[in-house]
Amino acid sequence: MTVKTKYEAVIGIECHVELKTRSKMFCGCANEFGGEPNTKVCPVCLALPGALPVANKEAIEHMIRAGLAFGATIPAFSKFDRKNYFYPDMPKDYQISQYDMPLTLGGSVGYWLEDGTLKECRLTRIHLEEDTGKSMHAGGGDGRIAGSAYSLIDFNRAGVPLMECVSEPDLTSAQEAVGYLEALKRTFVQLGVSDVKMEEGSLRCDANVSIRPAGSMKLGTKAEIKNMNSFRSVLRAIESEITRQIDVLESGGRVVQETRGWDEAQGVTHSMRSKEEAHDYRYFPDPDLVPMEIDPALVERLKATIPALPHDRFVRYHREYGLDPKQATQLVDNLPLAEYFDACVSASGNAQLSTNFVLGDLSRLANETGTPVYASPVTSASLAELIGLVEAKAITSKTAKELLERMWAGEGSPKAIVEKEGLAQTSDAGEIERFVAEVLAANEKAAADYKAGKTNILGFLIGQVMKASRGKANPALAEELLRKKLE
Amino acid sequence: MNELVTRSAAQIARDVNGKRVSAREITAAVLQRVDETDDRLGCYLSRLNELALDCAQRADRRIAAGETLPLAGVPIAIKDNMCLRGTRTTAGSKILENWIAPYTATAVQLILDAGGIPIGKANLDEFAMGSSCENSALGVTRNPYDLSRVPGGSSGGPAAAVASFQAAIGLGSDTGGSIREPGAFCNVVGFKPTYGRVSRYGLIAFASSLDQIGPLTRTVEDAALAYDVMAGHDPSDSTSINRAVEPAANALREDLKGLRIGVVKEFATAKLGPEIDALYKRAYRELADLGADVVDISLPTADYGLATYYLIAPAECSSNLARFDGVRYGLRVEGDDVGQMYERTRAAGFGPEVKRRILIGTYALSSGYYDAYYVKAQKARTMFAQDFRRAFEHCDLIAAPAASSPAFEFNAKSDPYSMYMMDYYTIPMSLAGLPALSVPCGYAGTPQLPMGLQLAAPLFEEAKLLGAAHAYERATEYASKAALAV
Repeated sequence: MTVKTKYEAVIGIECHVELKTRSKMFCGCANEFGGEPNTKVCPVCLALPGALPVANKEAIEHMIRAGLAFGATIPAFSKFDRKNYFYPDMPKDYQISQYDMPLTLGGSVGYWLEDGTLKECRLTRIHLEEDTGKSMHAGGGDGRIAGSAYSLIDFNRAGVPLMECVSEPDLTSAQEAVGYLEALKRTFVQLGVSDVKMEEGSLRCDANVSIRPAGSMKLGTKAEIKNMNSFRSVLRAIESEITRQIDVLESGGRVVQETRGWDEAQGVTHSMRSKEEAHDYRYFPDPDLVPMEIDPALVERLKATIPALPHDRFVRYHREYGLDPKQATQLVDNLPLAEYFDACVSASGNAQLSTNFVLGDLSRLANETGTPVYASPVTSASLAELIGLVEAKAITSKTAKELLERMWAGEGSPKAIVEKEGLAQTSDAGEIERFVAEVLAANEKAAADYKAGKTNILGFLIGQVMKASRGKANPALAEELLRKKLE
Repeated sequence: MNELVTRSAAQIARDVNGKRVSAREITAAVLQRVDETDDRLGCYLSRLNELALDCAQRADRRIAAGETLPLAGVPIAIKDNMCLRGTRTTAGSKILENWIAPYTATAVQLILDAGGIPIGKANLDEFAMGSSCENSALGVTRNPYDLSRVPGGSSGGPAAAVASFQAAIGLGSDTGGSIREPGAFCNVVGFKPTYGRVSRYGLIAFASSLDQIGPLTRTVEDAALAYDVMAGHDPSDSTSINRAVEPAANALREDLKGLRIGVVKEFATAKLGPEIDALYKRAYRELADLGADVVDISLPTADYGLATYYLIAPAECSSNLARFDGVRYGLRVEGDDVGQMYERTRAAGFGPEVKRRILIGTYALSSGYYDAYYVKAQKARTMFAQDFRRAFEHCDLIAAPAASSPAFEFNAKSDPYSMYMMDYYTIPMSLAGLPALSVPCGYAGTPQLPMGLQLAAPLFEEAKLLGAAHAYERATEYASKAALAV
């Protein structure tokens, strides 16, 4: 047993996602990324004396939909609490959050790994809170607080609705953690509850990582990893932390409970603060906001708005249609294309050919022309028609490719083009024999090689027949006639 | 004294709407009265002469254009914990000494829209924490009936301003008695509506679940007038109640026939001394003389009011006052790092009583103590509400003292507990969110100083409460039986 396999990792993820709403969580300011600093602010989100919060209904509905998408329970009652701590970019010096009665409880996130393995991670809860402003440290110090002369704060982000998704410690590797996060991201985007742009900071996550002897049920001491700004850094940070903890244990040490920051440049985590320095947040129910009673009718109405989810799509594509995990993922991550694909599969009944065309020739054309497949003149119905022609052997696959280009150019439906141009596949033996004779006459050497035992040259000769017939010849018949002539 | 300043708000509104006098004339007279008296009384922290005259001109123009304004030309003293755009709004604290509010509180806006004239921002105990106005960091306010005594608090500034004819309506805020007690000390009506009836938007928070804006006036009719203007749902305040408001001005009555008024057994006034005991017994008799059926009721939890209040209010204040950190507005005392800047700013900016309550509240909310203190206090609060609900099965209104003594001398209450005891009779109603008021009910002590009778009603029964207080006031007219010291 190697050192690596002697231990297993236990990982839980806490992930903050900014909600996509028209206005901020507790005031009417626009919820938009960026802009001139401190232009999207008002007495409420600046915490001026006397200002009061009013909860954003759209954000609450987003939360309920997010919970429902993962099969969470939506409790009949929920409330907001104050999380008290001082921080310069948090205007009230408390954050309105949810402590013991979050909007959603439980549920689980189905995700998949690169090889298509399906996994599941249970959710503890998703709760609703507000974002902080952003500090910028200036006057030396290269943007870091240490060495800077002063700090500037932009409150445009202060009060943006934020959902915090807390997972159970069901993840056992960095790859699983990333798979889980990707599933969250895909689902939130599909639900329209968030844009999930990590580069804009609209998804931020912390990982609780511990290790234990493989097979043990007892949890080890965890470290909380912060400052991971991309899925790639999540992967690297967790891998590095697992290795660090194994090294600590193997050298006879003990893992201490602490918060560690990921250093992207160094590729290691650094201790930030230990448990002893942990905050006492003095949570208590926010007396400025009345408890929420969630109407079951609202929950039912919201349930009806939940679309086909990425995970269900992936399972269908991969397990049912037999797409490889990469193809399936490619489709799942491009919703309009996936919908186009689904429409074509249901019209043609042929998932394999639909996949080949959509991810093959059509995607190539899309790349070449810059027009997305679903916006091109090739409708899903006309693609299904083309697939029908291929299935009926009415055209060869070579003709199909040519047709596709002409359909893309807007020449109309495949049947119409075939009829107009006489491109239908021919199985007329007399006609094909003429092409065979022509090809053998022009390729005497190849014919001689074949006769001398180099039978694999047959493929070349078949290709020549197809070419001579402009792709119309039935390839099986062409092969049969060639063999007859040569033997 | 110019007779114009002595008119009630209702009278002024009638006269200005009837074009018998202009808002400008009233305003000029009141501003002159302030000039003549306020150096001695110290009611106002900021005077708003220019704004007042602008508002008066606007009111006169609107009336000339045919509008009728419920508060046309009525001079208003605004407690300085309410935001009024463009004016210094201090909460009586060094930490906000030079802060100019960039927006206006909903209740203040309603008063201005109704034609009210803002005369000035009136003094208060710092962040409304106190019962004498002595906790103001920015000025001393004196009782207009005896300059050696406090006006009560925390709404001492507006109470004294109304009593001394420097305004007809004072806007106060009441968390545990901060309208009712100064009302009693200054011989005026002090009315706290049901929690949530008047929007708190723009009221600098002390204890969010208890704070409520209400009027201080020289007559019950004026209290009803101001209430009718301010009450109602505000979408900017989630705790404001979305429920129809019965106009109180239409409910004023001349007798108490058919009303059962409960006297709280646990509030026995004998412990307040024979003179005050006799005064309240007389008041209860006067209620009966007006036709009320005066009955004994019990509030078994009454004695726990103070303990409950002094956990909940400090807990909320410890969080509400966190925002005064020197980062965005108000006082900043620089430090070597942000932590030191916080410490120095808050050490210099807050007075001792505010610090005491922040400490108590922080402690009560801290992990390990939360259940024993905050959670238990919330449970006690539920018991108060239940006690009152049961009591109101036997009566329509409750009568009680508004304060345990008349106004005391400056520095008389040196330990915090004896100051907290001033609110013994008002806190239970606050904890239950009930509408309650104090109305002048006679004089006690040497020299003889005003006392107030507290009346309380079930939730949302402001109209019934004001109606009954009106009958008592009309029959007794105690307020008019003493002379001002200014």
